[in-house]
Amino acid sequence: MVQSQGTRQRYDVAVIGAGVIGCATARRYAIAGARVLLLEKAADILDGASKGNSAILHTGFDAPPGSVEAACVAEGYREYLDIREKLGLPLLRTGALVIAWTDEQEAALPELIDQARANGVDDVQMLSRQETLSREPGLAPTLRASFRVPGESIIDPWSAPLAYLGQALAHGAELRRNSEVLGGRFDGEEWELRLAGESVRARLVINAAGLFADEVDLALIGTRDFTTRPRKGQFVVYDKPAAALASHILLPVPTKITKGVVVCPTAFGNLLVGPTAEDQTDRRTARLVPEALAALRRRGEEILPALKEHTVTAIYAGLRPATEFKDYCIRSHEGLNYVTIGGIRSTGLTSALGTASYVFGLTEAAGFGFDAPDEIAWPNVANISEAGERDWQRPGNGGVVCQCELVTRREIEAALEGPLGARSLAGLKRRTRVTMGRCQGFHCSARLAKMTRDVFDTPMAERLDHD
Amino acid sequence: MTRLPAEVDVAIIGGGPAGLSAAAELKRLGVASVLVLERDSEAGGVPRLCGHSPFGFREFHRPMFGPAFARALVARAREAGADIRPATTVTSLGPGPRLTVTSDEGVAEIAARAVLVATGAREASRAERLIGGSKPGGVMVTGALQGLVYGAGARPFRRPLILGTELVSFSAILTCRHASIRPVAMVEPSERIVARAPSGLLPQVLGIPLYLATDIAEIRGGERVEAVVLATATGDVTIETDGVVVTGRFRPESTLARLGGLEIDTHTGGPSVDTCGRSSEPGFYAAGNILRPVETAGRCWEEGRAVARAIARDLAAPAADRGATVTLAEGPLRYVMPQRLSSDGPPALNELQLRADRPARGRLSLRAEGREILGHKVSVRPERRIRIPLPAGNYPVQVVFEEEP
Repeated sequence: MVQSQGTRQRYDVAVIGAGVIGCATARRYAIAGARVLLLEKAADILDGASKGNSAILHTGFDAPPGSVEAACVAEGYREYLDIREKLGLPLLRTGALVIAWTDEQEAALPELIDQARANGVDDVQMLSRQETLSREPGLAPTLRASFRVPGESIIDPWSAPLAYLGQALAHGAELRRNSEVLGGRFDGEEWELRLAGESVRARLVINAAGLFADEVDLALIGTRDFTTRPRKGQFVVYDKPAAALASHILLPVPTKITKGVVVCPTAFGNLLVGPTAEDQTDRRTARLVPEALAALRRRGEEILPALKEHTVTAIYAGLRPATEFKDYCIRSHEGLNYVTIGGIRSTGLTSALGTASYVFGLTEAAGFGFDAPDEIAWPNVANISEAGERDWQRPGNGGVVCQCELVTRREIEAALEGPLGARSLAGLKRRTRVTMGRCQGFHCSARLAKMTRDVFDTPMAERLDHD
Repeated sequence: MTRLPAEVDVAIIGGGPAGLSAAAELKRLGVASVLVLERDSEAGGVPRLCGHSPFGFREFHRPMFGPAFARALVARAREAGADIRPATTVTSLGPGPRLTVTSDEGVAEIAARAVLVATGAREASRAERLIGGSKPGGVMVTGALQGLVYGAGARPFRRPLILGTELVSFSAILTCRHASIRPVAMVEPSERIVARAPSGLLPQVLGIPLYLATDIAEIRGGERVEAVVLATATGDVTIETDGVVVTGRFRPESTLARLGGLEIDTHTGGPSVDTCGRSSEPGFYAAGNILRPVETAGRCWEEGRAVARAIARDLAAPAADRGATVTLAEGPLRYVMPQRLSSDGPPALNELQLRADRPARGRLSLRAEGREILGHKVSVRPERRIRIPLPAGNYPVQVVFEEEP
């Protein structure tokens, strides 16, 4: 269906927001046979809450039993394991240790183990101080005890949503970037969504706008059930030699407010320390604060003393779309053909597939059905993690461009092509990891500027000969 | 291009001044096969992107611009018979010595009788320095700026702020001028300009406001840098700017060596070596700026040549025992290099090199078993050379700096 700009276009489902939840939701409806439009206001996907997380695939052992979050996390975890090989997605089965450092924390462990079992995670295992240290010799010997959650794993937080969206596109979904929803109207049968310079029609609208979900609700249905209360998380990433210091995800005993500061390996062979948990009103900017980053370094060194001798590769901050409620805020507005997915806090990466299925179930119950395709396509996403073979290991790769992360010319060219191609340096980083290593662009900026000159919406640099 | 050899006498990782001078010297000394592995698309190292003078006095006895100097180093090594392979990245080191490398052809393994690690140094990034604020485009180290201006013919910003006053910071200013970029300010956290005159006069000459005892409190901007908040002695100052050049605070590019099991000195950030450039692992040597931050291209060139002579000697007759240790007492000194002495053959590194963390005055001495071997009064400043002659024998020594109040 080719239509010129400014005309109306019809879809079964319009999903607002191409974060990890929006990508998974677009996938869920597309593989069920729906004609899906995914709308993203930013220049690229994953530009909001999804761009800063700890990349952990949670078992949900510490989720509040009986909550929507617990159900979505458990289902998201299960489905990720089920489909990841078919999409070429990595999994590092590191397991997690929940570590008690004080008497009080040690006393809290049995209750956490009970909670894990109530959540269906029954392979947890209590470890004494000695047993913990023999599994993780790098830990500070001041720890008291721990328990091990074997199923907690590390994944690639960029490739997973990219793979979900890739599968959606293979099933006819469309992605529009730089497409903010400015308003809309429901005529009793169909929604008309107003974008800059055009409008689109869809039977069903799903609001997956993350940090802005409450504002989108106000704009489209005139009411909201919750208010976003952004909670900032800052992170410090250590260079690759530090990854040898820990083989597990190292978790503190959680509090009511936060899961606390985690030390964990990454899918890219680094070591991560974070996040902080800082409430703020600004929904757009996650400001890095040197004192907080230095405190994270110190916390990391208290947990793994040898970390003192390692260097920081990257720093970043993300915003969790928390609300005044502890649980997710997912609501189907029946009679309005409209679903809101709000309040997806720390667990969104894990729960995305489960959340998408949960929402699909709600709309199915409300009478939305589609003609399922005869066959489901499973397009593979390129592996950029340490868990599988990388392009630099294969011939014809065009040579390495980003030396720290060993990103090849062929990988970069592929990431710039097609309907999902990167249109900004941030987007290219997330698809390939260029400039995300220890030198932060010292070596590859010049070559990247040349390769992306006519591709990015905002070029990395202007040409000198334009004067 | 022919395939990479599977076996060589000496493999050199890094085709900068140290690696190229070592290659030429090894060939001159009759070593049969010398392979230089350079990850960039051209060999030559950092000078390749320094479009300004002066280079080359020591090596070619005349002043040269960086790129011409780099080309001359490559030509000299190639004429001597070294096999130079650009666009080839070493991905791991292993005992043997063995190397795993990648290029357009995929992965290959190379066995060598000796490996010289000459991977140089790089500036500390914004992340490493934990600089706060948002993460807009247009924040980069001098090396990236030079790559963009001289390598890609591009201008990443028009009115940047420059953080740091080391020698390289003034190189950043010259690079800016080449591209008609006008820096709006130069900012130095300490109370004095770090580099020596005459470089230190450059901001004044060019009319660039200089802020001493000032650090960046916050970088602001969305897609691009919009402003920088400076924390000065008298309070915060906001400066409108469209970029930030984070300069200096070099550190050895030693991750490959560290992952390969070479012992790393946490003070220098590079591999620990003896006075012949031998690392902790048999067959692995190091020379140039991977040893310590940071020396001029000329000194790296000289170091590469000297370590090459030690390698050639070891290939003919393997080295004896490990040398005695050189340690550093607590104080204002940041590092001492080399970290071990050697009992066999003339030293390649013929003095102890030191640097200070902060300005200080006092007595600098070398001690063995608590007794002073030599010592004198000195005044030290950060990023300035401090040298001590090597002790005559092979026994453990300690460098002590007794600070005057």
